[in-house]
Amino acid sequence: MIQTVFDILTIRKDFPILNRKVNGYPLVYLDNAATSQTPQKVIDAIVEYYSNYNANIHRGVHTLSQEATDVYEQARQKIQKHFNAAKSHEIIFTSGTTHGINLVANGFASFLKKGDEIIVSALEHHSNIVPWQMLCERTGAVLKVIPMSLDGKLVMEEYHKLLSHRTKLVFCNHVSNALGTINPIEEIIAAAHNIGAAVLIDGAQAAPHIKADVQKLDVDFYVVSAHKMCGPTGVGMLYGKEEWLNKLPPYQGGGEMIAEVTFEKTTYADLPHKFEAGTPNICGGIAFGAALDYMNAIGFDAIAQYEHELLEYASKELLAIDGLKIYGDTKEKTAVISFNIEGLHPYDIGSILDKLGVAVRTGHHCAQPIMDFYKIPGTVRASFSFYNTKEEVDILVAGVRRAKTMLS
Amino acid sequence: MHGIVTIVQWAQNWDMSIKEIQEEIVDEFSMFEDWMQRYEYMIELGKSLPMIKEQYKTDDNIIKGCQSKVWVHAELEGDKLVFTADSDAIITKGIIAILIRTFSNQKPKDIIDAETRFIDEIGLKEHLSPTRANGLVSMIKQLKLYAVAYQTQLN
Repeated sequence: MIQTVFDILTIRKDFPILNRKVNGYPLVYLDNAATSQTPQKVIDAIVEYYSNYNANIHRGVHTLSQEATDVYEQARQKIQKHFNAAKSHEIIFTSGTTHGINLVANGFASFLKKGDEIIVSALEHHSNIVPWQMLCERTGAVLKVIPMSLDGKLVMEEYHKLLSHRTKLVFCNHVSNALGTINPIEEIIAAAHNIGAAVLIDGAQAAPHIKADVQKLDVDFYVVSAHKMCGPTGVGMLYGKEEWLNKLPPYQGGGEMIAEVTFEKTTYADLPHKFEAGTPNICGGIAFGAALDYMNAIGFDAIAQYEHELLEYASKELLAIDGLKIYGDTKEKTAVISFNIEGLHPYDIGSILDKLGVAVRTGHHCAQPIMDFYKIPGTVRASFSFYNTKEEVDILVAGVRRAKTMLS
Repeated sequence: MHGIVTIVQWAQNWDMSIKEIQEEIVDEFSMFEDWMQRYEYMIELGKSLPMIKEQYKTDDNIIKGCQSKVWVHAELEGDKLVFTADSDAIITKGIIAILIRTFSNQKPKDIIDAETRFIDEIGLKEHLSPTRANGLVSMIKQLKLYAVAYQTQLN
């Protein structure tokens, strides 16, 4: 029996989409690792922005522009506070995690030379592999990979062996999107710093579940997407230590990012504007702030505890199904269950679950190297959020059993 | 589910036109009351799919754009094109079985000219979206491409 640490029914009322039906059944949304649903307070913030103070920011003298600028900058401060960054200009608004990663990768192109090494983990999302491959092609740097073990963990002894004076940058996700494994990023960061390498952590999958403290972690860069944590799509943040952000060249040229422009020379604006060329996703940034307010009001400790109970319950119930195997069987994981049933294709299971109103992800989860490692075409991934319930787990499990009967 | 509909013998279709076969499939699917019966029937159809020979299950014969693997092989028999296929997912196999039942043993020109609106009528419209992971659209395109290639050969 799950001991709810907060009032789940009240929380569910905050999410209008949870009332809808899919294929005639009540929606059971278990694809939270792909995108989270949006609470009314965040929807209200979006409506409020466009209804009351939609204006371009940072340049207008008129009232609307100043109001929009204030609320947008307040959102930056909320993000700063949430991730405990030392300064608000260390928070760069991006279009999402992928944008943040590319911004850093692009910046490092000017520091790297042939033979330098970049280390990535075997548990990465495609978006965390491709920019580094492109960077290596541009600079002649070499990509090294921290291997993973069968239980879905990084082999840390191998990581320590990979580190050398050639290592310039280490990239790793805080939590694996395909398996939910929580990686030992404290150890990864400390060891990289010992040899003078910088570290970028992809926090996209961690941010909805774990409140990261960037100062305590001593991480150089940390990136997240708002849409995984109750915010809208198309907005995210890059945290960078001030010294690093000052060193990195601008990523894109345009308005907002310049101080003075003549045809001979342009001087760049100070942080954070140096990296925020053009009119940003103002509404998105503001809604991101509202999402953090919403989640913090519930509390990340309560969220983590509740999701852990859901994870334990769902794991137990799913494993009771004959032939079902869960990938990434570690203790240190978020509420993600990646599984297969012997002899069945994940796509078939996912299609039948969809017909029953249960939304899961099937396929390789943009992490093909992990699927290749396990020699499987993909998995069915059920990823839980704090607004999911034990009853929804029961519907998932019944659906999987039904799919198994139909397909066998 | 067994017994709701007996699986149609492929051989019976040999003299039927694509349009007639499609009408027959639409008739069969109209008997089902809900998605479950439709899916169960598709799973049965998948099991009766004319199996591709192992030697043709190569990467070259894989249809791109599917979450599951789909292999298709085409061969001319006289002036008609015969398709065989396989997939590692059963529902996908059912979908490709429906397509092959429609298009196999038909003249390339008829395959090229054929409409595929019947997919909509049998309640599989959702599978027709180009971004749909099972790649039904890619499958149709690939079967028609084979027809175009063999049509050129016949000319």
